[in-house]
Amino acid sequence: MNTLMNSNHDLAAAYEDEQLQVTHFHARSSKFNIREAWTAWNGYKFADYYYDAQYEYFCVRNSCATYDICPMQKYYITGKDAMTMLNRLVTRDISKLNINRVTYLCWCTDDGRMIDDGTVFRLSEDKYMLTSGSPCIAWFKKAAVGYDDVEVTDVSDEIAALAFQGPTSCEVLKKMGLEGIENLKPFNIMHFPFKGDSDKKLTISRTGFTGDLGYELWIDPSQALDLWDELYLAGEDYNIHPYGETALNMARIEAGFILPGTEFNEALKTVHLHHDQTPFELNLGWLVDFKKPHFNGRTALLKDKTDGPEYTLVKLDIDGNKAADDSYLYDSKKCKNHIGYITSTMWSPVVKANIALAMVKTKYIKGQIWAEIYYSKEIRPKQKIVECTVVNKPFWAPARARATPPLRY
Amino acid sequence: MKKYDAIIIGAGHNGLTNGAYLAKAGLNVLVVEKNAYIGGAAVSRELENGWIYSNCSYVSSMLRQTIHRDLNLTKHGLVLVPYLGTVNFGDNGKPLIHYHDGNVGYNHLRQHSAHDADSMFKFQADLTRYAQLIRKTLMRTPPNPTSFKPRDIKELLWLAKQFWGLGEKELYEYMRFFTTSAEEFLDDYFENDLIKAAMASPGIIGTALGVYSPGSAYILLHHVMGDVDGNIGAWGLARGGMGAISNAIASAFKGFGGEIRTNAGVQQVLVENGKAVGVVLENGDELRANIVVSNLDAKRTFTKCMDKKDLPPGIYEKAKNFKIRGSSGKVNIALSGLPKFTNLPDNKFINQGGQGFVGSLETMERAYDCWKHGLFSDDPFIETVIPSAWDPTVAPPGKHWMSCFVQYCPPVLANGGWNAKQKEAFGQSVIDKIERYSPGFKDLIVHKEIRTPVEIENEVGLTEGNIFQGELTIDQLLFNRPFPGYAQYRMPIKNMYMCGASTHPGGGVSAACGANAAREILMDLRKPNTVPEDSFYDE
Repeated sequence: MNTLMNSNHDLAAAYEDEQLQVTHFHARSSKFNIREAWTAWNGYKFADYYYDAQYEYFCVRNSCATYDICPMQKYYITGKDAMTMLNRLVTRDISKLNINRVTYLCWCTDDGRMIDDGTVFRLSEDKYMLTSGSPCIAWFKKAAVGYDDVEVTDVSDEIAALAFQGPTSCEVLKKMGLEGIENLKPFNIMHFPFKGDSDKKLTISRTGFTGDLGYELWIDPSQALDLWDELYLAGEDYNIHPYGETALNMARIEAGFILPGTEFNEALKTVHLHHDQTPFELNLGWLVDFKKPHFNGRTALLKDKTDGPEYTLVKLDIDGNKAADDSYLYDSKKCKNHIGYITSTMWSPVVKANIALAMVKTKYIKGQIWAEIYYSKEIRPKQKIVECTVVNKPFWAPARARATPPLRY
Repeated sequence: MKKYDAIIIGAGHNGLTNGAYLAKAGLNVLVVEKNAYIGGAAVSRELENGWIYSNCSYVSSMLRQTIHRDLNLTKHGLVLVPYLGTVNFGDNGKPLIHYHDGNVGYNHLRQHSAHDADSMFKFQADLTRYAQLIRKTLMRTPPNPTSFKPRDIKELLWLAKQFWGLGEKELYEYMRFFTTSAEEFLDDYFENDLIKAAMASPGIIGTALGVYSPGSAYILLHHVMGDVDGNIGAWGLARGGMGAISNAIASAFKGFGGEIRTNAGVQQVLVENGKAVGVVLENGDELRANIVVSNLDAKRTFTKCMDKKDLPPGIYEKAKNFKIRGSSGKVNIALSGLPKFTNLPDNKFINQGGQGFVGSLETMERAYDCWKHGLFSDDPFIETVIPSAWDPTVAPPGKHWMSCFVQYCPPVLANGGWNAKQKEAFGQSVIDKIERYSPGFKDLIVHKEIRTPVEIENEVGLTEGNIFQGELTIDQLLFNRPFPGYAQYRMPIKNMYMCGASTHPGGGVSAACGANAAREILMDLRKPNTVPEDSFYDE
């Protein structure tokens, strides 16, 4: 008899193994997900949105909001050789990174193709935390081979982390009793005894992925729900709300931040030759430091820098208001010579502009750029060709995001 | 003495927009403002420590996105945050909730009427079609239908083409739409009285008409033809209050080299040899300019700020008879907490939008009857919004303020003029009504600002406190606005222009009047046009 037909059959038990993992905040965050709008990230059940994506986006820009970064991968790199090993792994020079500082970086294959980007936290003399959007443990283990005193530990499940972003975020943390938080500078880390208990440590970094004022909160999973409750209690009068993937994606495009699988194809998962990217192609040349000791990809990257990358990632302001999803780019309105493609695009509700990130053949960046846009009007396909303007600064970069103490919301 | 290229009277949002586009073209522009602060009716003021009211206009939808983008108003500090829901209260029973999510909204409507929940789809489609047509005209100069200039003929043909594009049947409907009442229009769609009342209420906001009066259907359209990020009919808050719009435009204007002088009320427009040559301020200062642009309403401009002898015959009468009746009041209330409403779920999202105390069609009509008799109703239609429910910048944390727009409020009371006691009684009528739906509301009140048409006229300068700078009836729309023959922003005196809401496309914080006037002025001065063409989501 077919198991599905058997009324005594326990469906939950039969498919338990197929259930997605839930994060340390799930017991609280799921209460907000009244639309049951779930997607997945690294095996975790993850919110596409909770109540309304547009609303959550505006919480990030107008009040404050939390983003569950438990599924983000976290690795401790510890030991006397941790710094040397890391410096060999990543393209940026981290030898000058002070304790309680964070920096953004990327790591490449020996061919100079980008594997992933992330942030590194220097927690003590010989202890770093490296974060990444996708699992990288296999690569890191390989990279540690040959170093005597270094240990790479995957602590993704052992740290509960919450991004807390938006103009009123600092006020809420102050209200939570975190003294001196307003003096925390961008990319700095502070430690607080959680709820006054010095055995429970709450670590806060002034980091984020929204381009706005914001923080990331790190705590032991046993304290996760308490942290959520404390934060939401303090944030009640500041319109605190969780935001999902859709809102995050809107905020990060406005900030000009890249995503794997969108702006770049992770090198180790790429099938076709050169369908992955170099940091120079992604306009991340500033992350590559040739003055430091040898690092993975150095030779290939030096050549890429000297020759100039074939493509360069640019920010575009596109005429009109039709989203240029997956559009081809051309050097004239005639659309004869194909010079690039759009990677991410959206109508920006704060800037009131049609914005995009795009890969354009480097030699055409200074010339005209035209996008061929397809859209649908009451099920009829339509096409239009509009001009694009290269924008050098992020579309959204409020002064409060950089100021210390942050400016009045 | 310094001579300006242009002097603009009134630092409301249209005057500032006009100034920005003239200054962008390289003109040396001065905006003079009678008040100590700028903004006109798009203003934010802190009358009680910690609370920032949008004293007059209170929500945004009409502001032309094209202008926002072109003047880069975001860089100048403007952020618009959309509504999430709206609630309409009937005389009693279950309120009507408009949820942002379509399926949730549909389910809720069905609880009131399955018929109307279905009909709402056609209603929205029809209204969008009407709105799309009129939206296309917002940033265009109306053609003069009696002129044989190629430009006017071309524009008339364009307009005719737009109308013909609707199809014959829809064309008849559209013609009817311009002249019918909100109630008759809605009768074609809905059976439920609360739904009808809720949908009709935009048809009376700011106008001396009732829901049953011919012409109120167009007013309804005027209130839903705006958009937020392409969602036609959607509304949003300006972060920091409506003054943020004026301040951002002012900042753009100054960025182009423009100059603003406050505490500089205009006594009279100076006319020499039939040409406007400047203004005389109330303090006696004389300022000279090549052109003078009035952002004041048409009635105030021609009956208060000009010497009758300077006007061609007939213009004074036209201005005097311009329909600009005072019909609304405003009560701004600072609150110590968020009011709770009976029969409403404790759902924070539905606080983040408007509340309509509509009662019923009958209730709204009875309030109109009171107005006709020079009285204010003890059961008025009130449209409220609690901006602090989602704008953290306008009240201390945990505190709130409520903007109460009141329809109707007579400009002159039957038993004489307004006095302090009657003004207080008017405010009390509003508070009493809200208290009926929100017991304990009165105890939350920290401060209130009551504005009858008298205060609005005296402070903002709008004749009779009319929020549109003149009624939006077909006799005063398009090429009839403000007067037939003078709809292209040029006034009967040479070198004098108008750029306020008394001109096409009328009231609302759209900035379109100011931009359109700038385009005409630059054409006359043979300067390159700096005003962008409008672009739309629905192209």
